[in-house]
Amino acid sequence: MMTLKDSGATKTMNMIEAINSAMDVMLERDDKVVVMGEDVGFFGGVFRATAGLQKKHGKTRVFDTPINECGIIGVAVGMGAYGLRPVPEIQFADYIYPGLDQLVSEAARLRYRSANDFICPMTVRTPFGGGIFGGQTHSQSPESIMTHICGVKTVIPSNPRDAKGLLIAAIEDNDPVVFLEPKRIYNGPFSGYYDRPVEPWSKHEASAVPEGYYRVELGKAATVREGEAVTVLAYGTMVHVAKTIIEESGIDAEILDLRTLLPLDIEAIEASVKKTGRCLIIHEATRTSGFGAELAALVQERCFYHLEAPVERVTGFDTPYPHSLEWAYFPGPVRIATALEKIMKD
Amino acid sequence: MPETPPPAASNLPSLSLHIPEPRYRPGDTPDFGDIVVPAVEATPRPGEASKPDAMRELCYGLVRVLDFDGEAKGPWNPNLAPDRLRQMLRHMMLTRAFDDRMFRAQRQGKTSFYMKCTGEEATSVASTMAIDRADMVFPSYRQQGILITRDYPLIQMMNQIYSNRGDHLLGRQLPIMYSAPEHGFFSVSGNLATQYPQAVGWAMASASKGDSRIATVWCGEGSSAEGDFHSALTFATVYNAPVIFNVVNNQWAISSFSGFAGGERTTFAARAVGYGIAGLRVDGNDPLAVYAATQWAADRARTNNGPTLIEHFTYRAEGHSTSDDPSAYRAAQEASAWPLGDPIARLKQHLEMLGEWDDERHEALRKELEELVKTSQKQSEKLGILGHGMHQPFETMFEDVFEEMPWHLKEQCAQMLAEQEKKFGPDWKPE
Repeated sequence: MMTLKDSGATKTMNMIEAINSAMDVMLERDDKVVVMGEDVGFFGGVFRATAGLQKKHGKTRVFDTPINECGIIGVAVGMGAYGLRPVPEIQFADYIYPGLDQLVSEAARLRYRSANDFICPMTVRTPFGGGIFGGQTHSQSPESIMTHICGVKTVIPSNPRDAKGLLIAAIEDNDPVVFLEPKRIYNGPFSGYYDRPVEPWSKHEASAVPEGYYRVELGKAATVREGEAVTVLAYGTMVHVAKTIIEESGIDAEILDLRTLLPLDIEAIEASVKKTGRCLIIHEATRTSGFGAELAALVQERCFYHLEAPVERVTGFDTPYPHSLEWAYFPGPVRIATALEKIMKD
Repeated sequence: MPETPPPAASNLPSLSLHIPEPRYRPGDTPDFGDIVVPAVEATPRPGEASKPDAMRELCYGLVRVLDFDGEAKGPWNPNLAPDRLRQMLRHMMLTRAFDDRMFRAQRQGKTSFYMKCTGEEATSVASTMAIDRADMVFPSYRQQGILITRDYPLIQMMNQIYSNRGDHLLGRQLPIMYSAPEHGFFSVSGNLATQYPQAVGWAMASASKGDSRIATVWCGEGSSAEGDFHSALTFATVYNAPVIFNVVNNQWAISSFSGFAGGERTTFAARAVGYGIAGLRVDGNDPLAVYAATQWAADRARTNNGPTLIEHFTYRAEGHSTSDDPSAYRAAQEASAWPLGDPIARLKQHLEMLGEWDDERHEALRKELEELVKTSQKQSEKLGILGHGMHQPFETMFEDVFEEMPWHLKEQCAQMLAEQEKKFGPDWKPE
């Protein structure tokens, strides 16, 4: 297996370019890989994630589909049964619901129900999350719906280098993977301050992306910042928001970027919380039954006697994602700073 | 919410909501005299490359080969040799014998569930004989005739039904949800019509790889109402996928008659019209018609002329499953009054008319197949029956959720094993 070190030259890429590069590499390496979805072919995707891939790899490898998510995922299950390795795109995670039965009852359980007669090596890519004035149908974060399905892996990258390596690992995985792309940070990391200019990825060290093949293994968290005072668990966009607020606060926090929600890197979480004695969980999704609830439960089950304060959750509110008031919904600097203050006081 | 305003004064009749109602309920005497059964020669056979819009009337007609005297005729006659016809008869009779035996096994408490296909044997058997052995089938739950036609071992079907030690699905699936990749038989889901887009995906993959294999897929008229059905037809027409869609219109979806899937308004074959794909409506109790229609559709698909939707017009002669009691919602004589007869009786009559079969041979074959089923059943039951003893090691419950077991499942597995030990004592060991 190739690692980052020996994967050759790097190039500065944003998230979109890195994701594009992952698919390009895999289309080149494995003729069983197919990429499909609404507007992904000639046009190259509404976020440009598949730009140039059809031209390079041909129409039978990269193609447009009808606006029918049940069909997109259902067809991908059949392609997987044939022996292909489909990489369907759902244009927005908010649109995954019409295809959910094919994901929950079919893709996720095919290996189990057929005792390995048939498998579903599918990677569903889909942009998620808000902060782009997408309103309630272009902003949702459905990751906890995905992690609640048994038989599906859920991956969320937070930077270009991880995005490419994780996507390659997801495509090579022999089980279905939902690959949630935080669209707010496609073009640059997000500080949490919507009124400040966007910083491009090129200023971030994780934009140096190897041009060739490499994997970032699924199920491994990354330590974004080492610290002793509190463990912050985050993923996707919120990794960057957390980092900004932590730096502003001067608190010596340890930030874990979970990267894969299922299977979860419980060892990394446990080690960090046992070290710091405090745990703050941040996600953009609605609060009730969100993935933060799972994390909080796991932390108290495993680290209770090391905790010096109650586990805190900073999340979106339990409302649909509002359009004009999206920054009041978003778990931004004030909400995070308030929670940090509280957890450090206890 | 605002209060509903009073109706405006008007001379229009008020709106009324139509709730479909089958014509016959328990106690009624069914009369199917109004079902139009065109003459055998009346339905033309277009070329396999015909444009769908040039053959729309076939969606409203009825492809037939056997007349009610047992003679095969007309443009759809596949002219099968007597040996092939006898093979077809054997597969259908074996399917029926298997069903009878397994239904009884469920009643004897040897398993939880069973579903018969009585009266519908022609649809899966004749269809399977008309495609290549290498073609991939995406079945629904009443297509046991496919496995039997492809000589899948009866004992393996039974092992699955009993969830016993020989069940290669490790007791995970409800009885009859078989999976047989070596026999080109996709894992039966249990969810309805989900296999429809999957078959299209398989067919698209086959086409994209320049393969020669096609896919066939099955659902009932009831589940043609599912979104997956329409997703599948959309994808199939868009990509001209080499797939055959089979809709077994057996009139009943548990207790809901075909009217609840739109059957009062048009035929199910006519669903093809809106998608611009070929549609055929076939006498599903005429095995030669099913064979001929499937052969036509298979040739069409294999020559890049696209998908076909075949409605098999038939009747579900028995209950939906062992959990169903049809006497509670439909007239008892419907099956016997069905104007298209019984598929086994009709093929027998045809073979007899050809001088290739007689009552004596028929009875001998019936007994032979009954014995075969009985013998297989005995062998299968040696490997256990449901609810009597443990047939699968407990930890198999956690295997195959993923290719490799993640930590949380390992933990849960250990917990479950500890529970069992607590329950069964310290000397207990997992099987």
